Amino acid sequence: MVVTSAPALPFRSRAAVGLGRTVRAASRRSGLGEGSVIGGRAALVADPALLARLGWWRRTTLVSGTNGKTTTNHLLAAALAAAEPGSSVAANLEGANMAPGVVAALAADPTAPLAALEVDERWLGHVLERLGPCAVVLLNLSRDQLDRTQEVRRVADGWRSALATLPTRHVVASADDPLVVWAAQRAANPVWVGTGAWWTQDAVGCPACAGRIRFAEGDSDGGWRCDDCGFARPARAVWIDGDDVVWADGRRVRLELTLPGRANAANAAMVLATVTADGAPPQQVAAALASVQEVAGRYRTTTVAGHRVRMLLAKNPAGWQEALQMLAPAVPVVTSINARIADGRDPSWLWDVPFEQLRGRFVVATGERRHDLAVRLAYAGVQHTTAQSLREAVQIATTPGSHGPGERPTGQVAADVIEHDPPVRTTTSLTVRVPDVELIANYTAFQDYLDDVGRHGSAEVPR
Amino acid sequence: MTAPHGDSRPAIVLLFPELLGTYGDGGNAVILAQRLRWRGIGCDVLTVGAGDAVPEGGTIYLLGGGEDGPQVQATRQLARSGAVHRAVEGGAVLFAVCAGMQIAGVTFPGTDGRPVDGLGLLDCTTERTDEPRAVGELWAEPVGAQTSLGSLTGFENHGGRTTPGPTAEILGTVRAGVGNGNGTEGVCATVGSGRAVGTYLHGPALARNPSLADRLLADALGTTLEPLPEVDAEADALRNERLAAVQAGHLDGVAHRTWRDRLLRRN
Ligand SMILES: [Zn+2]
Repeated sequence: MVVTSAPALPFRSRAAVGLGRTVRAASRRSGLGEGSVIGGRAALVADPALLARLGWWRRTTLVSGTNGKTTTNHLLAAALAAAEPGSSVAANLEGANMAPGVVAALAADPTAPLAALEVDERWLGHVLERLGPCAVVLLNLSRDQLDRTQEVRRVADGWRSALATLPTRHVVASADDPLVVWAAQRAANPVWVGTGAWWTQDAVGCPACAGRIRFAEGDSDGGWRCDDCGFARPARAVWIDGDDVVWADGRRVRLELTLPGRANAANAAMVLATVTADGAPPQQVAAALASVQEVAGRYRTTTVAGHRVRMLLAKNPAGWQEALQMLAPAVPVVTSINARIADGRDPSWLWDVPFEQLRGRFVVATGERRHDLAVRLAYAGVQHTTAQSLREAVQIATTPGSHGPGERPTGQVAADVIEHDPPVRTTTSLTVRVPDVELIANYTAFQDYLDDVGRHGSAEVPR
Repeated sequence: MTAPHGDSRPAIVLLFPELLGTYGDGGNAVILAQRLRWRGIGCDVLTVGAGDAVPEGGTIYLLGGGEDGPQVQATRQLARSGAVHRAVEGGAVLFAVCAGMQIAGVTFPGTDGRPVDGLGLLDCTTERTDEPRAVGELWAEPVGAQTSLGSLTGFENHGGRTTPGPTAEILGTVRAGVGNGNGTEGVCATVGSGRAVGTYLHGPALARNPSLADRLLADALGTTLEPLPEVDAEADALRNERLAAVQAGHLDGVAHRTWRDRLLRRN
């Protein structure tokens, strides 16, 4: 792209940006929250072409997928800033990921030559068409909020036609997710990244022929293939090998993330593949990735009732599987479930989450649908109880030998689950102390707690 | 072929979860198996994938919910195999949820809207109507032989409307929600020496209705079962909370949606 600085906006767009800013400020003043979505919506009403006008000239990277968008976008923004010191990056870091949120992020940083934008999977085609990004990062596709999004296949088909018709310099896509491969296959030059596949329940039917896809048994690295039509994992350009990210051309870099879990290692590998595709040195990018400590409140360790609580967000079965895998050994768990509109109104998905993995820990269920969770935990054989608030839940979880006032723990009897000697995880730059309690909450429950503990800044930086 | 409820270990057969498991339906297999194990009865859970042979020696067969295409695919395979038919006639129990109930009936609408033949184990036909999709809490009071089950509670999410036929036993009458669509909910039938039970209480319906779970187990095993007071106290807490929410008018299953959620149309 030849244009490197912001071109002048037409009057209508300038007025729309001004209106958006006013609405946003009013929303913040009245305590409504960030206001970026409302402001962006107002601005788009005033100028429906605003998204393209604000963004077409920038070097933009879009991130989409069911899980990990916000985290990946934080990693991406840090990587881009490190790769091009002095160039600012416009980014929707709070996770407002439909057109209004994207507009708000671009309007807030009108001259930034770079943009890192997370995009809701159903909005990808729309945003792609208007921004003509340099790169698109496609993470994964699995079911989410099942009474709202009927079919993950439809999303994959939408991506496929958008990517086939709209040229994008780099399409960086997970090679281990058959639906993502199906969607990205027709892009000009997809960069396939081996991210590992741990959630395969939504991908057993072949997107090409409706036959059956088989994943290699035993490990997450064995690839997949359709029995019927031969649709299979493409050759990977980049993949994860132990603690390293490796390139097919032999380059290799150590990944030392502060963020926990294999899902975040996969997100980081996607970002490394994307940012280095334009020549950035892998070492420099990896160092920037290691500096990211929290993501819109996620992974933050905060203090509740005098106890260190690490906050994890999980919105759907695939996300839960990853969150369960991130838990520090033997630490008690508080789990909070709501079923409001934004969560999906039906918590039946609780039965698709492998809560059996929590056996041997003590779990306190809270949130508006804690009784649904309690029944699920009972059948999973997990020792648990319920609490009416986060504070009460943390107190019960951290009281050795007592499972709470008037509460009735059930499930398997596990002695000493509360006693633990917190291990310490170290990276070269940081020592991450293990929390007293792990909190896993779904969407609105997490937002409510974030309102409690503060949305901005780190309540407590891990040392 | 082994007798479904002979001396052998009971087997719970989960049919095609990748086709008919959209709403946590696999939970019913977990629930039935745990309720047997807690009573000291060992059992096996067999998961039958699409394309795999359907075993005939099952004690309880489970069919869940799913979309139109997979529903037709599952029906073809079950009709071709005939294994579930023979097992139920020989004394096994079929528990069929949502799309599963439609499959077990006489006809249901296929992907093009035209009727597809079901398994005919339940005397009911399902049609597509112009009415909006039924999504939300469903509360029914059981009738007839089902009365002792107590209030039935769950979530429903379906487009079809089901008409029970002249010989059909219904599961209950609807107090809140849609159910079959004519004020009744669910269809059951005695088939040979076995039993088929269909319901629009979708997904893990048995989580909220342990008495129904035990009825299915008792019918399949031909015995009575001891109560499980500890876990069922937790199920009661859930039932009471959900029934209270429904009686307070929260039919869509939303505990409450804050004015802030509404204004921001959160996510
Ligand atoms: Zn295929």
